[in-house]
Amino acid sequence: MIHKSLKQLSQALAAKEISSLELSTLFLDRIERLNPEINAFVTVDREKSLQMARAADARIAAGSAGPLTGIPIAQKDIFCAEGWTTTCGSKMLANFVSPYDATVIEKMHRDAGMVSLGKTNMDEFAMGSSNETSYFGPVKNPWDRSRVPGGSSGGSAAAVAARLAPAATGTDTGGSIRQPAALCNLTGLKPTYGVISRYGMIAFASSLDQGGPMAASAEDCALLLNTMVGFDPRDSTSLDRPVEDYTRELDATAGDKPLAGLRIGLPKEFFGAGCDAAVMAAVQEAIAEYRKLGASTVEVSLPNSHLSVPAYYVIAPAEASSNLSRFDGVRYGYRAPEYGNLDDMYMKTRAQGFGGEVKRRIMIGAYVLSHGYYDAYYLQAQRIRRLIANDFVEAFKSCDVILGPTSPSTAFKLGEKAADPVQMYLSDIYTIAVNLAGLPGMSIPCGFASDLPVGLQLVGNYFDEARLLNVAHRYQLATDWHNRRPADIA
Amino acid sequence: MSLTLEQVQRIAHLARIEVSESEALTTQVHLNGIFELIEQMQAVDTRGVEPMAHAQDLSQRLRDDAVSETDRRAAFQAVAPETEAGLYLVPKVIE
Repeated sequence: MIHKSLKQLSQALAAKEISSLELSTLFLDRIERLNPEINAFVTVDREKSLQMARAADARIAAGSAGPLTGIPIAQKDIFCAEGWTTTCGSKMLANFVSPYDATVIEKMHRDAGMVSLGKTNMDEFAMGSSNETSYFGPVKNPWDRSRVPGGSSGGSAAAVAARLAPAATGTDTGGSIRQPAALCNLTGLKPTYGVISRYGMIAFASSLDQGGPMAASAEDCALLLNTMVGFDPRDSTSLDRPVEDYTRELDATAGDKPLAGLRIGLPKEFFGAGCDAAVMAAVQEAIAEYRKLGASTVEVSLPNSHLSVPAYYVIAPAEASSNLSRFDGVRYGYRAPEYGNLDDMYMKTRAQGFGGEVKRRIMIGAYVLSHGYYDAYYLQAQRIRRLIANDFVEAFKSCDVILGPTSPSTAFKLGEKAADPVQMYLSDIYTIAVNLAGLPGMSIPCGFASDLPVGLQLVGNYFDEARLLNVAHRYQLATDWHNRRPADIA
Repeated sequence: MSLTLEQVQRIAHLARIEVSESEALTTQVHLNGIFELIEQMQAVDTRGVEPMAHAQDLSQRLRDDAVSETDRRAAFQAVAPETEAGLYLVPKVIE
């Protein structure tokens, strides 16, 4: 039961083969047994979860269930959920019990009737690529417990990889869904910016942050995406678009060349030096598989992609320094126990409440926005952002999707990059440009290197999620990488 | 570019983060490493390029000036460090 897809779980629930209460209990028992080692969840509340499961069972019995009613899900602890502790991986919010629901939570729990299994560990305020900046300790990669699961949605990735949950939510500002999905052998999707509401999703860099699903397969992600999207007047950047069914292309019957006519762009900058040879070998095999499925490939160029990391580390910290100014010890969260005047209270509260990486990024942001540096750093970064976005516009003139590695390496060792921020930043070298442009991107499993999962990145044009999911789905029908599990996860 | 210790302390103050002398030294090393990465941008000629603030070129929506939310002050203040009579308490700022 724990390895079933969301579609299979949905059918089992509808056929009364299992109740949501039984299914949720199964996963809650696994969390109780395995989470002390993996550390994927920071908050579990069995009674709350079971209450939601009972409500879902009632909906199923009454015949008013939707496709995901009663299916358990792990929620990244960046999403505010009413009555649940919502920490964002920080001491600053360690005791914050949210008084309201994020839109994503409302849609998944209240509207779709999904059951929350709890809140998952993450890099503090989503700032990190290894989950090691969490106040609640690092997460172990279920494939090799001496290695990181990636980040910032590392708890969500490890939870699904260890089958502590059939699926999870994540958020992606510079790769935080795709990179952990790659390192943990999952399918993860970051939609087009503006498609999923950011209301109640604790802000890091508002022009880049986007929520999305993490699960075993593209089909599971499509079902989850259907529940997560939609216009939200409470998010000023939410897009008012017609509702789509993201599963619509998946069930179409196709011959042995289901992707005939599809043009896959291979950016030459993503196939040069800087990527592990074993990762590249797996990516090349995936390209060969795509050709077998009928797709053609064309070389494209993203000539400014090498500037994406530098530009990102100006823009994201600038937005973060503004967003995180709200953590001042006045309205919510941590307040230093001892202080003098108001300024001293702010300084001590923030010094004690934030971890090292968060402080660094706030300080970078404060500097690049300060008088005399704004033009040289912040505006220059925004101009480069435009160049990077234009590169994609140009590339999509000759292809339908762009393909490459998600991460330049497989999961690295815990502690390996923790002391050097710049080395850590470079692990997102292939994912960041996609956020800067606001495009949809996915990572799907495409093989192994020394027994560690390798992720394949697929990038689509704006609002092309349905095609992207189908391109991933057709590959997953022809391969079984996404169904591989760690040896001891039975 | 290389930040001096004084600049690090000034930035920390701008960010309202107290930094001890020993922390300032480590912070200086880390920030200088990060700025070395960021400096790659300076070699790029971006004259005539419109800065891109946002992924979608949309103007901000306006809504009617009407009450849309209910009063949840008690629930929101329940999570505050210190409140009294519906007010947030902070150290005295006006003598």
